[in-house]
Amino acid sequence: MGLAEKGVKFIDKITSHAGFKNEWIVLREDDTSPDYGVLPYERSIEEHIKNGVINLDKPPGPTSHEVVAWIKKMFGLERAGHGGTLEL
Amino acid sequence: MTGVLPVALANATKVIGNVIHTVKEYVMVVQLHGDVKDKELLEALENFRGTIYQKPPLRSSVKRTIRKRTIFELELLEHNDRYVLLRVLCEAGTYMRKLAHDLGLLLGVGAHMRELRRTRTGPYREDETLVRMQEVSEALYLWKKEGDERYLRRVIMPVETAIVHIPKIMIRDTAVDAIAHGANLAVPGIVRLTRDVEPGKLVAILTLKGELVALGQALKSAEEIAGMKRGIVVKIKRVYMKTGVYPPVWRKNK
Repeated sequence: MGLAEKGVKFIDKITSHAGFKNEWIVLREDDTSPDYGVLPYERSIEEHIKNGVINLDKPPGPTSHEVVAWIKKMFGLERAGHGGTLEL
Repeated sequence: MTGVLPVALANATKVIGNVIHTVKEYVMVVQLHGDVKDKELLEALENFRGTIYQKPPLRSSVKRTIRKRTIFELELLEHNDRYVLLRVLCEAGTYMRKLAHDLGLLLGVGAHMRELRRTRTGPYREDETLVRMQEVSEALYLWKKEGDERYLRRVIMPVETAIVHIPKIMIRDTAVDAIAHGANLAVPGIVRLTRDVEPGKLVAILTLKGELVALGQALKSAEEIAGMKRGIVVKIKRVYMKTGVYPPVWRKNK
């Protein structure tokens, strides 16, 4: 399987897992070079963490902000959280 | 509240807001302050389906002006004595505490929210990906102390899981670095796109490997784009990927 095929397969897999579906319109055929970039599931563990999301089951008691602060500290990260909205 | 709280780590923080601020689902226990018959309760619930008007509660982090919110689904799961168990699928920014209170007002007996659990935020649900703090801590320990990263990979999902619910465009390697520099996306750079791309909509720009490059606002529909030879079709709003990951072939003098 080509890299581009693996890439779209990955996107389709995580999309259907969340209950959605991608209907693709293909404009042109093209593959992607193995020399740069990486399949998202093949990132090094350090890169995986830095580009990761935890679907956390928030415990009762602490606020969301407190929980996020704990995660940040556990991983020794400078940033973690649920960010801001993007106004269109 | 307990339940689904997606936490973005490091770079993923840049895009997580767009997941949070979409649809949410809750399961809530409402305690009624008086006796109400099933029929009355079901009738009262009818009023909370569709568009509702809410004034944010006193203890809230936003400006307290009346706002419009949509309740997509409202299901009565159980009614036992003065306890009511509800499932609510709603737009982000709908206050469950307020909904419980308002239900009490409408029923004429008063009510308050007793317990709340979030079962969905955008693409993240109460499924096998939902992990507790303990599991995160154990997975981190196994990696740090034992060098075993398998559990951590199960606990942490790639940032791309945060954009699965929005339209997507996959681009050629040669277009990636330009986008990483903040350039808008033109037709020749596109390899494939989803049918739900529409003008004004938020779209995710991905590499052919499936890596998130940026978020942008579509200027044309998928159909229109398919019929075009050139021209800018997505205005980039937030760049995710660092520059230099893909080669800068877009520079004419290189």
